[in-house]
Amino acid sequence: MVCAASTERPLLDTPLELHPQVALRPEPFGALAYHYGNRRLIFLKHPDMVAVAKVLAEHPSLAEALRACGVAEARWPSFTAAFTNLQNSEIVRER
Amino acid sequence: MSVESLVSQLKTGLDAPICLTWELTYACNLQCVHCLSSSGQRDPRELTTAEAKQVLDELHDLQVFYINIGGGEPMVRRDFFELLEYSIGRGIGVKFSTNGAFIDADKARRLTAMDYLDIQISLDGIDAATNDAVRGAGSYDMARRAMDNLAAAGFVERNGPFKISVVVTRHNVDQLDAFKALADSHGAQLRVTRLRPSGRGADTWHDLHPTNAQQRQIYHWLLAHGDNVLTGDSFFHLNALGEPLPGLNMCGAGRVVCLIDPIGDVYACPFVIHDQFKAGSVRDEGGFARVWKQSPLFLELREPQSAGACASCGSYDACQGGCMAAKFFTGLPLDGPDPECVGGAADEMLRTVNVGLTPKPAMDHSKPVTLGRSIGRKPVPVAGA
Repeated sequence: MVCAASTERPLLDTPLELHPQVALRPEPFGALAYHYGNRRLIFLKHPDMVAVAKVLAEHPSLAEALRACGVAEARWPSFTAAFTNLQNSEIVRER
Repeated sequence: MSVESLVSQLKTGLDAPICLTWELTYACNLQCVHCLSSSGQRDPRELTTAEAKQVLDELHDLQVFYINIGGGEPMVRRDFFELLEYSIGRGIGVKFSTNGAFIDADKARRLTAMDYLDIQISLDGIDAATNDAVRGAGSYDMARRAMDNLAAAGFVERNGPFKISVVVTRHNVDQLDAFKALADSHGAQLRVTRLRPSGRGADTWHDLHPTNAQQRQIYHWLLAHGDNVLTGDSFFHLNALGEPLPGLNMCGAGRVVCLIDPIGDVYACPFVIHDQFKAGSVRDEGGFARVWKQSPLFLELREPQSAGACASCGSYDACQGGCMAAKFFTGLPLDGPDPECVGGAADEMLRTVNVGLTPKPAMDHSKPVTLGRSIGRKPVPVAGA
């Protein structure tokens, strides 16, 4: 399913948040994300992904959240890809 | 991080299980010939309601997202709904397995009204003859009635698809398409899992498990339908045939999976109810968390495992040597091939195993065989059943 938002503007410029029905559980590799609504279980495979996911709602865009977490711009494409997947699984959503 | 490195991380264990099975009772109205837990009669040492709630409190603290409840037949516990509501109230979703006997119209409505609830109805044949041969007389109608009651109550519309859970045997392999059609017609989702030689299954496995040709049939069927069919990752031993099936392709026992049995004992997985795989009890000091995090058995399972006799086989990376429980209860070495190795590596070994000496399950809760009236005896009522 392609979200309308992703065709309107780049994900980096989009204000995002964790879906309210999602719980994060810290693990050595990063975290597990579980969506109580669609019952998907997703692996966040890097601690930096977890850090960014947790503060998404506090920043005006994904890019700002990445910057705030000190993620180097060279790594942004892989984070954008990962958050696109999370958006498709409804783990994160546009706010 | 690649999938491979994620899997290697998972093998060293998680802070809490992803997939925790909790058999609530050994009591069951049925006596399926392949029952993993040799269920039938209630164990007098069964966890009380208060103890069960304590376990749920612990699971809440460990951030276990959901639990898989089974049995026995979990709905025979008088506090079944109380525990369900308590679990869901603590943010722990519940998926429970049932034979459907107790899902009448009223219970179906009650279940439909609950959040974070998933139901798996067991069905091992697409017709009464195939199903009842394994699950007992009347069990097919029981399951179909439960499905109809859930559908009539609007379960699917409110909670999403319930599951129809099929253990694949020699006699129902050819029915996979029909099972899928049945699930689709009810808005349900099909779940197919592997037959294990565990519990009473140890006695029936040799007659029921799919043949080598049928293993291939299952593999190709899952490749074609795997995205829409749940398997509990149970067929990873078939990955030796080529392209991997969907899933993590690893044995999760003690690493991401475990079992709490009705009396609170914790085992590495639902298929190994045997002292060798018992890690401790939720009744021990420190409770479940301590067993999960510190039991010597689980710590050992999280160490790198030896490929043993399979080390020189080119398919080992794909099949991982298969299922620990399947090897154990068929008398094969744990670092040897799976008894259903598609390369046939276990065939010769199985022929030489002394079946009388294979490990027996830790407990047997099977009901005594009822003597017929012709012998002049009345069935004795069982207290508390």
